[in-house]
Amino acid sequence: MSCCAPGAELCLVEATSSNEELLLASRTLRDGLRQTDLSVPDMHCGACLQKIEATLGGLDGVAFARANLSARRVSVQWTGDNPPPLIAALQQIGYQVHLDEATADRNDPQLTRLLLALAVAGFASSNIMLLSASVWSGAEAETRDLFHWISAAIALPTLAYAGRLFFGPAWRSLRHGRTNMDVPISIGVLLAFGMSLYETTQHGPHAYFDASVSLLFFLLIGRTLDHVMRARARQAVEGLARLSARGALVQRPDGTQIYLPVDEIEPGMTILLAAGERVPVDCRVAKGHSAIDRSLVSGESVPQSAAEGSLLQAGTLNLTAPLTIVATAAAKDSFLAEMMRMMAAAEAGRSAYRRITDRAARLYAPVVHVTAFLTCIGWMMATGDAHRAITIAIAVLIITCPCALGLAVPMVHVVAARRLFESGIMIKDGGALERLADVDTVVLDKTGTLTAGRPRLTIAGETSAGARALAAAIAAHSRHPYSEALAAPGGTRPAITLDDVIEVPGAGLEARSGENSYRLGRPDWATGAPPAAHPDAAVVLSRNGDCLAAFRLDDQLRSGTREAIVALTASGLTVEILSGDNATRVGDIAARLGVSFIANARPADKVARIAALRQAGRKVLMVGDGLNDTPALIAADASMAPASAADIGRTAADLVFVREDLQAVPRAIAVARRAARLVRQNFGLAIAYNVVAIPVAISGQVTPLLAAVAMSLSSLVVIANALRFGDSPWARPHAARPAGRTAPLTPGLAP
Amino acid sequence: MIDFFFLVPIAIGMGLAGLASFMWTLKSGQYDDLEGAAQRILFDGNEGPVLEEKRPTPPTGIKT
Repeated sequence: MSCCAPGAELCLVEATSSNEELLLASRTLRDGLRQTDLSVPDMHCGACLQKIEATLGGLDGVAFARANLSARRVSVQWTGDNPPPLIAALQQIGYQVHLDEATADRNDPQLTRLLLALAVAGFASSNIMLLSASVWSGAEAETRDLFHWISAAIALPTLAYAGRLFFGPAWRSLRHGRTNMDVPISIGVLLAFGMSLYETTQHGPHAYFDASVSLLFFLLIGRTLDHVMRARARQAVEGLARLSARGALVQRPDGTQIYLPVDEIEPGMTILLAAGERVPVDCRVAKGHSAIDRSLVSGESVPQSAAEGSLLQAGTLNLTAPLTIVATAAAKDSFLAEMMRMMAAAEAGRSAYRRITDRAARLYAPVVHVTAFLTCIGWMMATGDAHRAITIAIAVLIITCPCALGLAVPMVHVVAARRLFESGIMIKDGGALERLADVDTVVLDKTGTLTAGRPRLTIAGETSAGARALAAAIAAHSRHPYSEALAAPGGTRPAITLDDVIEVPGAGLEARSGENSYRLGRPDWATGAPPAAHPDAAVVLSRNGDCLAAFRLDDQLRSGTREAIVALTASGLTVEILSGDNATRVGDIAARLGVSFIANARPADKVARIAALRQAGRKVLMVGDGLNDTPALIAADASMAPASAADIGRTAADLVFVREDLQAVPRAIAVARRAARLVRQNFGLAIAYNVVAIPVAISGQVTPLLAAVAMSLSSLVVIANALRFGDSPWARPHAARPAGRTAPLTPGLAP
Repeated sequence: MIDFFFLVPIAIGMGLAGLASFMWTLKSGQYDDLEGAAQRILFDGNEGPVLEEKRPTPPTGIKT
């Protein structure tokens, strides 16, 4: 099955987790039973699920394995002192695995609460409506009273159970001297119930139990939709923690080795770092020579060599050879912890944004309450009948209860999210749509955003097929990403016999074949010539010092990049590139696209640039994919990331686009702007409804039947308006590509 | 009309039964993995949904 054979080659450059790390990450359940949660992103179908469960279940010591296909996770319970080889077993059958953060709250408790409240409110409102229908159709006084009592008996527990979701926040905001949407809702619902109860005890003809409960029901629908849309953005920071190693093998002065959790590592300790492990804390290399993937710091996946004396940041990945390192900082002072602090700070800044609903509520609540109050006073003065005056004032509150307002925003956002989903864009937060609509500046990262995935090695100049095959054959002996890129392309290649291939760390590979000595690696090392001889070559293949072939790194623009930039500028947005790469390569691409750029930006510089733009009053959309972009993604007003982005980038971004095409950016902005327009229309409709309904209510003409009809109608109108999003004016994408992940990210050799 | 009053508690009782069963399905984790559940009906075996066991107690300092 094609979906079940994910590329195993990528696993090689993934960080591996050792047994000790698995043990540290596991949770004790009972009687020596431990649970480990693994994340398996490539689990796609029932067959995958069964294969994974069967493989894990067959291991010694595994008591129980259960895969969750929706969350792409496996929970394994096992016994014993040493964990079973869970990760190795799954990698063997071709799945990428990493340890899942053992966060307890993975099923969203708030959503469960909302759904339960919604179910209760739905049950209660339908039953009370049934009883009310018979009252409206003219039941005798005796039956009416009985039905009112039954309604009250259903409504009271419902209010207590489902209503507390509104009463609690309303009370909190009142205590702080503010008002939000929950305040008029709570007051309206509670007064309607109180008055109805009083009427029932007085055998009155009108009770509003149906109105108060169905109000709760409609509002809970809006609230639930809103919650479903809401981001789990806070997980971004937790996700970053996964990139930090959980522990490291420390060599003590007396020569013994101990595996310590990362928090207990102190500056000055000597650590043995195997190939494929992440650097636990900021450190200096004491011994060894290896290539380091610093994509966390610079966004570039081009590995850099590390030798004695090199400084490494926490979270970077050791690729090729074991290193002995000396810690220079504790975990809490390391680079990764600093990134986490930066992200938390950026997030705190963003939460200052007030949702449009809250802004509307600030105006709405006082107006409604003053109107009701004046109505009460007015009727008092006109008739002197206190009971009547209060009844009418409460009717005003019921009829103006922001039912349509509660649905106006989430309904549009849900429909807009569906539209975006059809264009291959996932949105995580309804608020992001509002922020995206206001954007006037777009900041783009280069690598992985403007350019597709990893840089590819292409051949510079003329090269014979033989030389290429030779390069591939030599490269097959190394795990360096360049070598993997060179060795990757298939096809039939002539069998080349090589004797004695050795890897020279930091330089390349040296091979002998008969009389000849071949070198594949850094240009100056392979040919002995000064670096200037091959200016743009990254890797050179030489025979006895003569250059046979040169390969260079090629940045390929994503498809649709140029069109996307043109569309963005045409709709009045300022576009700029903000990259951690060097100025020549960024400048080259910026010139091709005709936009301004900033190069050599570290993560902190990116955040500073975004903060500066925001300070100047701009609304910034950040589009980036790397780990180094993540703080900037959070700092910006709105953010987008391609699906190929690092996990944390994807979690931090408000929107994720799954197709390769960069035109997702202008499309998302167009949808957001249209959604903003529809939200404004919906507010207009809700206000128009109030303008019609309030005079009727003030004049004392509202009966429970009228209230029920008016409220349902206004909600339906708002929903219908939101559904108009369907016949949208923008052109549908022609090439209907399946909405899946982008093209494979394997570095490939272009022909 | 009052003769048919016995229908009211029956209707409400049936509604309550539906509500209670929904709450039970939600709490017993039957909506946690909808995709997986759709696939699992094709396989043999009869395990039900699994609830997370809470109380994480991470161990510290493991000697090698």
